[in-house]
Amino acid sequence: MDIIFNGTSRAIPHSITIQELLDQLHLDCRQVVVEHNRSIVARQRLADIVLDHGDTLEVIHFVGGG
Amino acid sequence: MDELIIAGRSFTSRLMVGTGKFASNAAMVAAMEGSGSEIVTVALRRVDIDNPQDSLLRHIDPARYLLLPNTSGARDAEEAIRLARLARAAGCEPWVKLEVTPDPYYLLPDPIETLKAAEVLVKEGFIVLPYINADPVLAKHLQEAGTATVMPLGAPIGTNKGLRTRDNIAIIIEQAIVPVVVDAGLGAPSHAAEAMEMGADAVLVNTALAVARNPGAMGVAFRKGVEAGREAYLAGLGKQQDKAEASSPLTGFLHDK
Amino acid sequence: MTFYDVIQRYDPQQVLAEIEAMGPDDVQRALAAEQLDNRDLMALLSPAAENFLEEMAQRAHAITLRRFGRTILLYAPIYLSNECHNGCLYCGFSVHNKVPRRTLTLDEIERDARILHSKGFRHILLLTGEAPGLIGNDFIAAAAQRIRPLFSSIGIEVYPMETDGYRAMVEAGIDALTIYQETYDPALYAHLHPSGRKRDYRFRLETPERGGAAGLRRIGLGFLLGLGNFRTEAFFAGLHGRYLAHHYWRTLLTVSFPRLRPAEGGFQPPNPVNDRQFVQLMCAMRLLLHDAGLVLSTRENAALRDNLLPLGITQMSAGSCTAPGGYAEQNSAIEQFTIDDDRTPAEIAEVLRSRGYDPVWKDWDRAFLSREAG
Repeated sequence: MDIIFNGTSRAIPHSITIQELLDQLHLDCRQVVVEHNRSIVARQRLADIVLDHGDTLEVIHFVGGG
Repeated sequence: MDELIIAGRSFTSRLMVGTGKFASNAAMVAAMEGSGSEIVTVALRRVDIDNPQDSLLRHIDPARYLLLPNTSGARDAEEAIRLARLARAAGCEPWVKLEVTPDPYYLLPDPIETLKAAEVLVKEGFIVLPYINADPVLAKHLQEAGTATVMPLGAPIGTNKGLRTRDNIAIIIEQAIVPVVVDAGLGAPSHAAEAMEMGADAVLVNTALAVARNPGAMGVAFRKGVEAGREAYLAGLGKQQDKAEASSPLTGFLHDK
Repeated sequence: MTFYDVIQRYDPQQVLAEIEAMGPDDVQRALAAEQLDNRDLMALLSPAAENFLEEMAQRAHAITLRRFGRTILLYAPIYLSNECHNGCLYCGFSVHNKVPRRTLTLDEIERDARILHSKGFRHILLLTGEAPGLIGNDFIAAAAQRIRPLFSSIGIEVYPMETDGYRAMVEAGIDALTIYQETYDPALYAHLHPSGRKRDYRFRLETPERGGAAGLRRIGLGFLLGLGNFRTEAFFAGLHGRYLAHHYWRTLLTVSFPRLRPAEGGFQPPNPVNDRQFVQLMCAMRLLLHDAGLVLSTRENAALRDNLLPLGITQMSAGSCTAPGGYAEQNSAIEQFTIDDDRTPAEIAEVLRSRGYDPVWKDWDRAFLSREAG
């Protein structure tokens, strides 16, 4: 199944949680913040949410800025 | 003790630095350390899976620096509010440098959207530091909305042109009831000193440090510039004298009696 | 936070000591400053500044010319009532003074108003004492509504109201508020105001803020010259003005300089202010508050008023009568204080013109406000 990950379509396994996806992508959940279908997901809930086909995921982190 | 107080929190440094545009994280850290800053700004962007980057936060000691996330990239109030909420969800304290810059060329701030976003974010409990053009009336609207500072620009961001908005910044400083932080356009320590001599409460510098041949040394130079300007302001600058105008005496009547 | 919290941070004795310690160098520095800080204000109010009166006057004159040009706004007071339950020791309307009491009817108010209108006045100031039960907000609002067609600006100088009261005044067509603190020294204030609602120092001090919150367009401050030490009083009045300008930025600030005159009851001002000090005080206020309207009343004599013109004054009363109904009748028995410039408005206008000033009878019109459009 596909989701929109940071603006582009991405194939992911079925019944995977957000936490599992982050782990697969080697993203440290303490360094990022996640928006699932435009709602911010609290860090402790990342393992509770199972992704559906067509979901939108934004994974954001801090970069240099003025 | 001369402290900068923003939203009840005190700082000894009056120089804030940005973390953008540095050639390396090492250069950024050198500039931060040299500057003596206690507040550093950061931005939020999408993670790029295909080009994994070293995490910025690994280089910023949270015990030493207050992380001030900005809303750069936001083109309207809604986007800025979204970014601020994301930053808070990421574990930052609820401080935000609010910037709304729909104009991609000069990155000049949008006053209307900035005010809208400020009103919402203040109600949500954010400590809002808005980046604005040097517009005294906008500054008043924002402080009425409850912002913790106002951050007027000296010149368009990244231009290094110095205090081109000097006269309006002087009015903002004269009238403001919140700290005034001069942001953007300060290209040299002398510019920062000039802002501080005028009575600005603090300045924010990024590009000038990032593009310096030696960012660490430039951080030191800006620290000294800010300190010199502040000390001169506190010491009471000798003011420029108007040339005495020959005119008829106005108080002669007091001697008539 | 209000200005009450600000003034609490200062010890008046300490302020006076700092003012008296200022030297000529401090005064010169203050004279060169574009914006005064607290120290500069202290310097200009210090004894040392008495040797710099001409320099202060030239600066005040230059700033006033730059901001206001050569114009003087003329206004006149209408006393609606001399009923008062307060016992202010210095006031002719004090409850303890056995003077005939009178409250005008709306018809009598209109009669006075028409006389003033025919003399050219378009800015009017309504005054009353403080007599709960006898004079209320409804009466003042009704008076304003009655005379509203005749004037472009109506101000009030009455007892302090709550914010809602001021909102009602704005609705009735009133745009300006004058409220003197009398003295900023709480101990002296308590002594001079032994009875009546006016005893509440803080409520009075915060009155301009309530007026600003209600959207009044002009707010006038002042203290009575002669009560406290004029140097500390002026310092606190300056802080007060600056505070209001910062927090109520849509409202224009005015500052008055009411010097105590002989009044019923024989009150002798404990700290009389002489002409030199009067000039010093006025100039210091102009140097601190470049955009404030500075007001001079007919308490001062004609010669002095003419001489003070170029020093920063922007508005004057003219042809004033301080007794209720006094424009239509001659009844000096019940006036609040005696006036010392009894020239007619036309004479004063002529003097202004001869000195190169434009007498202004009307400098704005509330008809431009959207609220009035419907």
